[in-house]
Amino acid sequence: MQFDATQLIPVLPEISLLTLACLVLVVDLFLRQEQRIISYIISQIGLLVIVAITLAVASPVTQIVFDGSYIRDPMSDVLKVGIYLVTFMTFLYAKDYLRERDLFKGEFYTLGLFAVLGMSIMTSANSFLTIYLGLELLALCLYALVAFNRDSAHGAEAAMKYFVLGALASGMLLYGISMIYGATGTLQFDELAKVVDKGDMNQIVMIFGIVFLVIGLSFKLGAVPFHMWVPDVYHGAPTAVVAFLGSAPKIAAFALAMRLLVDGLADLNGGWEGWQGMLIILAVLSMGVGNLVAIAQSNIKRMLAYSTISHVGFIMLGILAGTNEGYTAAMFYTLVYALMSAGAFGIIIALSRKGFEADNIDDLKGLNQRNPWFAGMMLLLMFSMAGVPPTVGFFAKLFVLDAVVSVDLTWLALVGVAFSIIGAFYYIRIVKLIYFDQPVDETPLSIGVDTQVMLSINGLSMLVLGLFPAGLLTICANAIGG
Amino acid sequence: MIADWPILSLTVWLPIVGGFMVLASGDREANATKWTALTIAILTFIVSLPLWFAFDSTTADMQFVERVPWIPGFNIEYYMGVDGISMPLIVLTTFITPLVVIAGWEVIQYRPSQYMAAFLIMEGVMVGVFSALDAMLFYVFWEAMLIPMFLIIGVWGGPNRVYATIKFFLYTFFGSVFMLVALIYMYFQSGSFDILGFHTLKLGLTEQILIFVAFLMAFAVKVPMWPVHTWLPDAHVEAPTGGSVILAAIMLKIGGYGFLRFSLPITPDASHSLDWLIISMSLIAVVYIGFVALIQQDMKKLIAYSSIAHMGFVTLGFFIVFMITQDNEGSGAVLGIEGGMVQMVSHGFISAAMFLCVGVLYDRLHSREINDYGGVVHTMPIFAGFMVFFAMANAGLPGTSGFVGEFMVILASFRADFWYAFLAATTLIIGAAYTLWMVKRVVFGDVASEGVASLQDMNRREFIVLGTLAVAVLLLGLWPAPLVEVMDASVNNLIQHIAVSKL
Repeated sequence: MQFDATQLIPVLPEISLLTLACLVLVVDLFLRQEQRIISYIISQIGLLVIVAITLAVASPVTQIVFDGSYIRDPMSDVLKVGIYLVTFMTFLYAKDYLRERDLFKGEFYTLGLFAVLGMSIMTSANSFLTIYLGLELLALCLYALVAFNRDSAHGAEAAMKYFVLGALASGMLLYGISMIYGATGTLQFDELAKVVDKGDMNQIVMIFGIVFLVIGLSFKLGAVPFHMWVPDVYHGAPTAVVAFLGSAPKIAAFALAMRLLVDGLADLNGGWEGWQGMLIILAVLSMGVGNLVAIAQSNIKRMLAYSTISHVGFIMLGILAGTNEGYTAAMFYTLVYALMSAGAFGIIIALSRKGFEADNIDDLKGLNQRNPWFAGMMLLLMFSMAGVPPTVGFFAKLFVLDAVVSVDLTWLALVGVAFSIIGAFYYIRIVKLIYFDQPVDETPLSIGVDTQVMLSINGLSMLVLGLFPAGLLTICANAIGG
Repeated sequence: MIADWPILSLTVWLPIVGGFMVLASGDREANATKWTALTIAILTFIVSLPLWFAFDSTTADMQFVERVPWIPGFNIEYYMGVDGISMPLIVLTTFITPLVVIAGWEVIQYRPSQYMAAFLIMEGVMVGVFSALDAMLFYVFWEAMLIPMFLIIGVWGGPNRVYATIKFFLYTFFGSVFMLVALIYMYFQSGSFDILGFHTLKLGLTEQILIFVAFLMAFAVKVPMWPVHTWLPDAHVEAPTGGSVILAAIMLKIGGYGFLRFSLPITPDASHSLDWLIISMSLIAVVYIGFVALIQQDMKKLIAYSSIAHMGFVTLGFFIVFMITQDNEGSGAVLGIEGGMVQMVSHGFISAAMFLCVGVLYDRLHSREINDYGGVVHTMPIFAGFMVFFAMANAGLPGTSGFVGEFMVILASFRADFWYAFLAATTLIIGAAYTLWMVKRVVFGDVASEGVASLQDMNRREFIVLGTLAVAVLLLGLWPAPLVEVMDASVNNLIQHIAVSKL
């Protein structure tokens, strides 16, 4: 295929991201510590510009460029915009936190932006090779970010664990990829789909390949029984990093699952023999372990880590339904989850201050007396996570359950709702602490105006999206197509 | 034409938006906030009045219908309307809420704006539950109700409030999620979430039974029926007076309403084959819970148990129908359901009044123990008059609204089986026993303590609240015909509908 400059147009978001990351890297070298805010401003403006670029190059037509290794389709457009916006939010929440702890360094933005580039590439990958490159770029940046506070022993330990387990997962994934390549002779998802459709391959090798693929994927998603790193990383990493790590990469992980399982291997989802069966087991275990263990946590970051695990289980329910409605529901769920997670960590960051980390759930006690407005925001976020209407979390769950029932897996829907009841307990316990208990710590909150505005938007979006879920749902449905 | 206005939407959203306004205004100008809240509550009541006066009681069709797409992808609509079954309950809701706002006027010192806002939002959401004709809209309102109530009990409740409110939340949440799965299942059978569409949906007996059980879990917890009633005494005892009133007067009715709107018409055959279960649960509630009420030391707990017993009557009236239609006596069936409905409305007035009476005493002496009182009549004669009157109504004295519903249900039970009627009628004795015994110990006798001796009689605010309710109780007791007429067409339609098997 001849090289043609128009091929670069679909890739513009990634190109601009790379440029932005390099720009921040270079500019930051010439800044004194008190001017560091410039790196932040460049990153944030850059992200917004890239959102605009992504929207500008977006179109309903699918484009495959670079000899079939890169794809730009409606799904990638929506997911990328989601990733960039959520990153924008978490960078904003992180700013004051980093400043107060002498962590306000340009590297945070450089690493963060390279991670976003990795996510972006994953979202738009059309071959195993591209997706692996994106994944590793993301993972390496995250390892470094987790250890961002280099004086923290917890942080270093978490990063080490994350790195070792992450490397193992990457190995599994590569192993799976190599088997699938061996069985089908292609790395490209669209060609893979054709081969699978013909059934012209060695079934045993293929199944082994899928098993390893799913294991690698579950590691990255944090699904039980491959979830061990999640609580430790959430616990050990600086809260500002967790806000980032717990939100935008979830969207990328969803893209990873869609590209790996649906684009290439959709025909092999059937029943217990295909990946549907594997995902059923993973989803049920994730919802079970996540919700049950979260109850026992007294550290709110750990609690939210287990809550992530349970939400991943729900997202998997949508994917394993194997229908367009299911993928739409899972995508809706993922985007909403990223928002909820960013908001919840945003509140925790807002409660922390220099020399004090609000990472025990008791630190939320009596928030309603200290600051009724943000208590209300946290209330919305928690009820949304629990899936109580009229917040958007309910609709996320509803659509997933709809999808699961539509493929005659009603029992799985019942398991899902049963675990949501258990999950509701620890979310309302947070609400209980906020509203019913007396504050332990009367220090007034000092929250910057920008953070206040963003947190309010974040919290109210739970209610607004809950009252008008049709818009986001239509966007997701169009993105999935069908 | 007034019926073309979006009256239902107004009744739902006016208090919700108003509630958020009250919330935003904060506690700096506490008095102004309270007046705003009261204005909104009264305005909502006025807005809801056309529902009663412009209602066409000759038809069973839905009226005041509003229908616009909400989530087109899943065929979910913003679809509201009322018939003779839901309309009286909506007016009951808008009638009780201003009283609750007035009742909390001076008593609530801690964050009154949040308190008032919670009740206003609650009101809108409850009206939404009664008027929703789209199952998903119904479910959203149904669950949204939990959030304000959870906060009301937890923030302004008694010493053990946290336990009570979490128990309340988890019980009701547990009950309702299974209903959600049933609704989704029916969505795939019928292609939409239209409740009236569900009514005509053909379902096999096994499906019906599973759906019925899912509904039962949701509604039985809400009503609450024995044996899933244990959250109610806890919630009532710990809730502030206003919370108890709303809980007893309206939230419990939502369970009963659910049976009429969902269980009976959607799963008539399952309701028929499982009627023995509901009837025995109801009779146990009437008789056993009556005895439990007898031994309570805490006034609020006593009234809570009496609520469970009275709600047992409601479910008895609804399900006795199946025993009667077997003998082709349609009028008896109508009597059962209408009796249950009248009982719901009447219990809304009486339980609200009883809880408010306890609230009046509690505000003065900060005790709900029966033993701490005695001889209240000597210091609070006007209050004593009211309390005795409402107690009589609670015991089902003829001439009060309490008598009408119970009598209709007992009559219907006679058509079915003498022994059902016999057991149901024991409530007239047990109910009289526990209520009047409590009144005797609290109101009459010698002045028990210095606290009682220093009691002040009711102020004007309390007089207005209890006086209004007393008028309502008397009116409904002496002249129940308008209420019965309003629901007649809808109930007859329901009876005809459930007489036809879906199999």
